[in-house]
Amino acid sequence: MLQKRVIVCLDVRDGKTTKGIRFKGNVDIGDPVEMAQTYYEQGVDELVFYDITASSEKRGIMIDVVERVAERIFIPFSVGGGIGSVRDMRAVLLAGAEKVSVNSQAVQNPGIIEEGASLFGSQCIVLGMDAKSDAEMPSGYRVFINGGRTPTALDALAWAREAERLGAGEIVLNSIDADGTRDGYELIVTRLLSQSVGVPVVASGGAGTPEHLVRVFTEGSADAALVASMVHYGDYSIAQIKDALQAADIPVRR
Amino acid sequence: MIVGVVDYQAGNLRSVETALHHLGADFVVSCDPDALLRTDRLIFPGDGHAGAAMKVLESGGLGDAITTFFSAGKPVFGICLGCQIVLERSEETESPCLGIVAGGAKLFPFARDRETSAPATGERLKVPHMGWNAVHPVHSDPLFTGVPDGASFYFVHSYYTEPAAENVLCTTDYGIEFASGLRKRNLWAVQFHPEKSGEHGLRMLRNFLEVEL
Repeated sequence: MLQKRVIVCLDVRDGKTTKGIRFKGNVDIGDPVEMAQTYYEQGVDELVFYDITASSEKRGIMIDVVERVAERIFIPFSVGGGIGSVRDMRAVLLAGAEKVSVNSQAVQNPGIIEEGASLFGSQCIVLGMDAKSDAEMPSGYRVFINGGRTPTALDALAWAREAERLGAGEIVLNSIDADGTRDGYELIVTRLLSQSVGVPVVASGGAGTPEHLVRVFTEGSADAALVASMVHYGDYSIAQIKDALQAADIPVRR
Repeated sequence: MIVGVVDYQAGNLRSVETALHHLGADFVVSCDPDALLRTDRLIFPGDGHAGAAMKVLESGGLGDAITTFFSAGKPVFGICLGCQIVLERSEETESPCLGIVAGGAKLFPFARDRETSAPATGERLKVPHMGWNAVHPVHSDPLFTGVPDGASFYFVHSYYTEPAAENVLCTTDYGIEFASGLRKRNLWAVQFHPEKSGEHGLRMLRNFLEVEL
């Protein structure tokens, strides 16, 4: 039986793992390569690196990080942030990433999904989506871009279906309402998307306890769940999360 | 001992290279049939479309090289798409495949249901089959030395292999129980990605590098 994946997300800025603290901006919390290795040894199923480097001249640092990660961990990992062209995609994939993730760039230029999927295969192309509840939208959720700051005219469900049609092989759904709260994933929109598309849906935003993952895999129908703060600060290990999932009869890799 | 890695423009070989490097293997990545025929064991990885892959294999003489390598009795290891195109045929393409192992690759049946039926409620099996799943060897085999029954491996595929029963190496359950690995004499082929499957995957690759016939 296919297992539910626990994915650790690392935000990387200028080659360092960083974490946004509300009202305080970002603080560096470690070396992404060493952190990746630690999570790999703990039994994480996959990793996601988001490059939030602001200046374009420092973007080469990320490729170096990707290469060093690929030499040391032997599980799939994806890279997102600042991927604006198939040239960017190729650079990340050749550096050793399994998948690339596009978000705002795909809203502005949906063709990048199609182009990437035809060149590298759908399994390589992940659509990242930031969604926020909005009663005016047909599905009840609106897509935002630019790190969740800018609203778009897109409905979350319609955009997920369109991205799948264009060739996205997976969708990472980040709930803006839940993000950073550590109060649990947004179950309603996760379930809605996961049951409406034929590609895996990864829940993101709000994870604070292993119980939150249990709920997003059962009530939320997610195929995978992203965690960040709850593991970065040592509150929980990957093993503790998987123990809780296993206790709830959710199939996981041990 | 030199390992040849077949480069036939089917997907990214980087992860296979980094895994072999990690294991300390002496290897060459090549699209030159002669260079590959001079190696001692062959790894035949790949992602993507079976039809496109067969076109490249046929035009460059690589398909013949793989068959010749197999006939010479040297160890061959197919990965993912490499596991499907050692068969005679695939539903993904009209072109015949390499035909080293009897059988064919088929699309997961529920991939078609999705187009015709209304969205189901509750859990529905998605295609591609993507993620970690348990692998059960059907008999003892050197490829599984040190790898427990039911160990998880990373899969990404929409077609599954249906080889002759005597060539089934291991099985996996995804809606149906399918052959997630094949064995025919000096050829092993697996549907999953050992190079992306953590320590069990590395052990399997090492087992292939060390296998004695």
